Amino acid sequence: MKPEALSERLVGRFPEGVEAMDTPFDIPQFRVAPAALVDVATYLKELGYSMLLDVGGVDYYPRSPRFEVVYHFLDMKRHARVRLRCVLDDERPEVPSLTGIWPSANPAEREVYDLFGVVFTGHPNLTRILMPYDWEGHPLRKDYPLKGPREKLEARFAAEKNRFHAPKLAGER
Amino acid sequence: MAKLDPADLPLEHPDPRGYRVESADGDRMIISVGPHHPSTHGVLRLILELEGERIVNCVPEIGFLHTGIEKTAENLTWQQAITVIDRMDYLSPLSNNLAYVLAVEKLLGIQVPERARYIRVLMVELQRIASHLVWLGTTILDMGLQSGFFYAFDIREGILDIFEEVTGARMNPSYIRVGGLANDVPDNFVPMVQAFLDRFPKRIAEIQSILDDNPVFLDRLRGIGKISKDKAIAYGLTGPNLRACGIDYDVRKAFPYCGYEEFDFNVPVGTNGDAYDRYRVRIQELYESHKICMQALKRLPAGDWQIPDRKIVRPPKQEVRENMEALIHHFKLVTYGFDVPAGEVYQSVESPRGELGYYVVSNGKNKPWRVRTRPPAFYNVFTIPEMVRGELVADLVAVVATIDPVFGEVDR
Repeated sequence: MKPEALSERLVGRFPEGVEAMDTPFDIPQFRVAPAALVDVATYLKELGYSMLLDVGGVDYYPRSPRFEVVYHFLDMKRHARVRLRCVLDDERPEVPSLTGIWPSANPAEREVYDLFGVVFTGHPNLTRILMPYDWEGHPLRKDYPLKGPREKLEARFAAEKNRFHAPKLAGER
Repeated sequence: MAKLDPADLPLEHPDPRGYRVESADGDRMIISVGPHHPSTHGVLRLILELEGERIVNCVPEIGFLHTGIEKTAENLTWQQAITVIDRMDYLSPLSNNLAYVLAVEKLLGIQVPERARYIRVLMVELQRIASHLVWLGTTILDMGLQSGFFYAFDIREGILDIFEEVTGARMNPSYIRVGGLANDVPDNFVPMVQAFLDRFPKRIAEIQSILDDNPVFLDRLRGIGKISKDKAIAYGLTGPNLRACGIDYDVRKAFPYCGYEEFDFNVPVGTNGDAYDRYRVRIQELYESHKICMQALKRLPAGDWQIPDRKIVRPPKQEVRENMEALIHHFKLVTYGFDVPAGEVYQSVESPRGELGYYVVSNGKNKPWRVRTRPPAFYNVFTIPEMVRGELVADLVAVVATIDPVFGEVDR
């Protein structure tokens, strides 16, 4: 499907939720309101975009609104891709989860949550995936320091607290 | 002092991934495979729920190799970021280089010279062979055969020797740069690669001869870890794993980059989507990559191997010593790098593991604003539960081996 035709269809069907953007590099892209995301994604799937290629986050700090979640979809038969970009609220970065439509969204959304702190409502298991689960903060945010006080903190997984590999006590063999 | 009993200690961090046994009568067992286990090919932890020897459920846990490469790349210049991006997929660093560099070149609007393009294709295909050989060797080892492992790694050694000759590094060569290559290939490159390629098909046939008639090997792969087409697409499976299900999708054919449309090669496709088909597809891909290498080597044009724009690529050292302007360019590139026009671009390549994509965002400065990777192995790993459900524990090894995950890329 040509980008113009796709744009016509999407904007025609969701006049309030979808806004066409410039497409300088091959992939047609659309700005989608978080509220309309699930409907737009379902419609894209009907149009033949059968694979959710990727879910990624971008932090445009200090610009406001700072967070954006970017979705890439792939139509395998007609060899076409489309990109949806959701701009999120600064205070409550929330976007509905696509796990109900594509299971591949499950780990990808967990990663965005882990690294950006974006909450995917309706996600069955929104927990950290790359960072340790007691980690504080979201490392890919632009205001997250590269170096900082965490360096000076004691190791969180101290050996004596490890119930599976308790250290030998003095004199114990 | 009283002896510490591990069971008395409070479990400080209960597993928040919400894993619990769902069977009411409690005859199910939970075992944890990994993170350090030879058959997990890296640091993958799989929490298995078993009923007897059958796997009822499987939860992959990743992140043990997380090194913050995407964050690091944001704090390096465009050209420097290549070195950390190399280290994502450590079995196929040149594919990472290529995808990222093509994305940046798209933003800059650069076309690299013919020679650079051909050398890129040649090197990336050699890299694919090397990566598939690691996969082949470790898979053979996991299936209980030892000698095939040494055969495969011996062949791979020939490719690493070529890489060493060309780039100075066996692994993580950071060879493909924005605007061309790090350096031209040496004079003995063509005969060296030719000698390797001439021997290659025979040596693969040698490995195949110990596998294809081996009932132990075949029984351990046939019908194991099946996944249907629809599920494979829903889970975002790409690369040889997807093609083993019978879907003819290869980024090199679907969205040609680097001039792949000029090369004559086939895309091997399986039928059943089981471990055996994944093995067949990868073996055939070795021959197809060999075909591409032969063509690229035959047609390797002479000429420039990088663009002439001194604002992007460094001038040759001799010129820097003699020419003031070249010195200024050199200084500027080393200390500041170059600006890239603002915008965002998605560029993907067919890495040995599948569709490797880079979503690169620039704000017009000398450092990338965001480098989002679409790691194929990340999505492939999360199809493991779908493949092993209902299989025996021993077959988990075959499934993980034929998925070919690389955890540098999964965890980044």
